[in-house]
Amino acid sequence: MSQLLVQEKEIVVPGETIAEGMDYIPSKGMYRSGEQVKSAHVGLVYIEGKVLKLVPLSGRYLPKRGDSVIAKVTDITMNGWIMDINSAYSAMLPLKDATPEYVEKGADLTKYFTFGDLVFCKISNVTSQNLVDLSLRGPGLRKLNGGRALKIAPSKVPRLVGKQGSMVSMIKKYTQCQIIVGQNGLVWLQGEPEQELLTIDTIRLVEQRSHLSGLTDYISNYLAEKCGPLSDEQHNEQVNDDVQETI
Amino acid sequence: MHNDVKQHAQKFLQKGLRLDGRTLLDYRSVVVEYGAANGAEGSARVKIGDTEVIVGIKMSVEKPYPDTPDAGCLMVGAELLPLSNPEFESGPPSIDSIELARVVDRGIRESKAVDMKALCITPGEKVWNISVDICPINDDGNLFDAASLGTLVALKDTKLPTYDGKSVDYHTKTSQALPLQKEPIEVTVHKIGKYFIVDPTTEEEGLVDARLTVATMEDGTLCALQKGGNHTVTLQDVETMIDIATAKAHELRKAL
Repeated sequence: MSQLLVQEKEIVVPGETIAEGMDYIPSKGMYRSGEQVKSAHVGLVYIEGKVLKLVPLSGRYLPKRGDSVIAKVTDITMNGWIMDINSAYSAMLPLKDATPEYVEKGADLTKYFTFGDLVFCKISNVTSQNLVDLSLRGPGLRKLNGGRALKIAPSKVPRLVGKQGSMVSMIKKYTQCQIIVGQNGLVWLQGEPEQELLTIDTIRLVEQRSHLSGLTDYISNYLAEKCGPLSDEQHNEQVNDDVQETI
Repeated sequence: MHNDVKQHAQKFLQKGLRLDGRTLLDYRSVVVEYGAANGAEGSARVKIGDTEVIVGIKMSVEKPYPDTPDAGCLMVGAELLPLSNPEFESGPPSIDSIELARVVDRGIRESKAVDMKALCITPGEKVWNISVDICPINDDGNLFDAASLGTLVALKDTKLPTYDGKSVDYHTKTSQALPLQKEPIEVTVHKIGKYFIVDPTTEEEGLVDARLTVATMEDGTLCALQKGGNHTVTLQDVETMIDIATAKAHELRKAL
């Protein structure tokens, strides 16, 4: 007889038994030990029917195919760039996936991206050995000029993005900053200095309160207090950004 | 430093702001803790924002230097631990760590903060030696100010161990403190373009053109200076920097 040992949104620690019996299905961040399902992280448990989900409270980013990440150039090779993706594994951006142009053999690749440049790209493949490939082929993927990058816990990214990007587009509307959120916990933003600082404060607030309910309302009140209510014009304005936020 | 970051920071500086939202002459919060390590005769932990430094003081009995037979000795060492900043490497001391130790040393020595003559046990034979060890636990910029503040606090915290004429017993401390006469405080003023800032983060330190470390005493007397960075500073710059440092040192003194 299968039985659940925790409640929805309960905090579990590594090794804690979440459920007993084969009827419950563990997903990422959990493992089966005999008949038991155990947690591998400190996190919150969500129960969706028979499937158990675990949202870790902290931890580094684990690359996943299809994720849009913000990567930083750390090295340049013969045929591409080695990028830091804020993970334990570094990633490779091959030249052929970075530009549609024809590039001469032996050309100077710093012309495209140089050391320290931030690039918004997609993870095209992750091998079993955790070799990560990146690609710039896709809508909105580009080099990020100017601005600055901010680090947040990768586990908090979904809350910052919100449902269909609701949270991030709300922050954009209020602060008039450009914001791009990478799934790897890097956030790039650019705007007027004061607005940018407000954006950072807001993002930190989202991070702090990410486990509480009613977050979107709280943040919208906070922003309305700081910059006054949105004008109709602002309200109807489509957030002008070519990037699609999806989880 | 990456060009984009530099331009971005310039945009902020023009508005009198810093990348973390402070104004140009704002210090981060300063926390001072006396007696951070029990094994040392005196120790301190100083936190300036995310920068954290532990300073320990060891007292030993040594033969004095021949040119000062009736005075104690002061030795300051700093090691930039790789745990505090990924840029630091283990191994022989780097130029930066030597500079850090020497700047801290100069502030204490030239202000005559400790009465060295009072540390003499037998002239020409035995004197107390003060060894100061500076360990950055986390480097988020401004190690100079953190380390010198930590050193001053550790000196104030120091109690001499018992000494019976032959050997030092480190297990029992006496109630005798170091003969502290002055309290020098070092403040480093950094110049980025035409702007002056204090207490930079690591990010900002990468943008700095020139810096000046100024040690001042309670009454505002200067006792040590150290200029760093690749750019030149004019005489007027130096005067402005000293004024800023003196005012800031006054503020820092409240944290003691």
